[in-house]
Amino acid sequence: MNNPPDLALPRFRLSAISVWHRNVLVWRKMLGPSLLIHFGEPFLYLVGLGYGLGLFIGEMAGLPYLTFLASGIVASSAMNTATFEGMYSVYTRMVPQKTYDSMLATPIDVDDIVAGEMIWCATKSTINATAILAVATLLGAVEHWTAIVAIPLAFLIGLCFAGPAILMVSISTGYEFFSYYFTLVITPMFMLCGVFYPTRALPEILQYIVQILPLTHAVQLVRPLIVGEVPTDVLLHISVLLLYALVSYYFAVVLVRKRLIV
Amino acid sequence: MRGIDLEVWPGQCFGLLGPNGAGKTTTIKLILGQSPLTGGRLNVFGQSMPKAARQVRSRIGVVPQTDNLDPDFTVAENLQVYASYFGITLQQITGRMDYLLEFGALADRAGTKIDALSGGMKRRLTIARALVNEPELIVLDEPTTGLDPQVRHLIWARLRDLKQTGKTLLLTSHYMEEAERLCDELVIIDEGQILTQGSPRTLIETHVEPEVLELHGEPNKARKIFDGIPDCRIESVGDTLYCYANDVKSLTHRLENHPELSFLHRPATLEDVFLKITGRDLRE
Repeated sequence: MNNPPDLALPRFRLSAISVWHRNVLVWRKMLGPSLLIHFGEPFLYLVGLGYGLGLFIGEMAGLPYLTFLASGIVASSAMNTATFEGMYSVYTRMVPQKTYDSMLATPIDVDDIVAGEMIWCATKSTINATAILAVATLLGAVEHWTAIVAIPLAFLIGLCFAGPAILMVSISTGYEFFSYYFTLVITPMFMLCGVFYPTRALPEILQYIVQILPLTHAVQLVRPLIVGEVPTDVLLHISVLLLYALVSYYFAVVLVRKRLIV
Repeated sequence: MRGIDLEVWPGQCFGLLGPNGAGKTTTIKLILGQSPLTGGRLNVFGQSMPKAARQVRSRIGVVPQTDNLDPDFTVAENLQVYASYFGITLQQITGRMDYLLEFGALADRAGTKIDALSGGMKRRLTIARALVNEPELIVLDEPTTGLDPQVRHLIWARLRDLKQTGKTLLLTSHYMEEAERLCDELVIIDEGQILTQGSPRTLIETHVEPEVLELHGEPNKARKIFDGIPDCRIESVGDTLYCYANDVKSLTHRLENHPELSFLHRPATLEDVFLKITGRDLRE
């Protein structure tokens, strides 16, 4: 049966919080290993690349390389965390575990499931950003208390990447599908959007292209905050992230409806 | 679905029977708003679907065909988390926890992980889970498929208990024995249409002869024995001949002279009605 998609605008309800809360309860059970990953990975990046490369690079765009890198990693880890959770965990709950099927027998709707999962992905991004900032502070990479603003920002960055991830899940046939998305979308952003070097080092055409990618805007918001400066074009950057979050939420809801309401 | 009209009364157990692919699960999914309504009208509790899906689902308990318990939680946590989807607080559900665990015969399993449960335990937990919101209507999609007789009988007893307390049950099954034991009223559907409706007893009375004689062995020989028996409707499947009649006594007398043929004399059941109405062709 090929039914026309249900394009109705999603509505935000408190039921989304039940979905979020379910994930919090599961996460709490695996707190130890989970935190180890949250702290361990950025620690490796910062020590390995920040110290290692930093020794040769010294300064990058007027910042010590460790500081430059740490601010980029806060943003890119928020992206990675939300994308991972939004793909692997959401797929697991959608397909093999049938968690959403059980939710759909209760007053919870697809709108609530997608919203709850996005909020959960963003929560994990926030936890992750907090861990990285803690590690970066210990390593002396954080120069100003304004870095703390990056924590709520990580929530927004998480939302902005959770939506597209869930959208991909709704059209994917299995786990192997996700490596395409990582290879074709996430890794290029990780490499090109200013995490490791300023985007103005890119060829001119690429400089334009990266302007439409959300990670570029995320990095440009986070980096100044680490050193106590106010980011430029705040409204633009936040609008881009919000737009990605809202548009992807809508299409994720439409496509998850199509997948689950059959 | 092509024009199904169902009326289920409170306190009734209503059966939805049909071969695989008949539209049983689709009907249930439509009632729950889990399937898009592409045409026609559907009211549940007098409310228009799928618009009222959320309100309707808050009054229904669902036992789905395949278990979808949450493997990340224990037995008790499954009930708590599922209750939270209805907006039921931990405090409210804790007060009913003993009853729910008792109902599922899982009182000593509250802290067990789902993976460590047997198939029968999972099913019992799924049924207990369907009661967390104190539903008026409980929808059961093939509740005892794949279970051993002990569990099946326990579940039947529990479902009868629920009926006693005034709950309405909507049950799909392709176990005719289950439907015959539990349902007050049932429909047999196929290809999205209702073929017949009534209580198990009236369906048997109206559609098939009261007695059946099954004869196994050489079909040709068997057929000769059936010859000349009045009012004997014969069906043959493989090496078995079925004779449906009002009285098969004269047949059993004849068979006493043929010890090489094994036979079974039994009253007609709902299964005979089902096979007569939906045919004996395989459904895959």
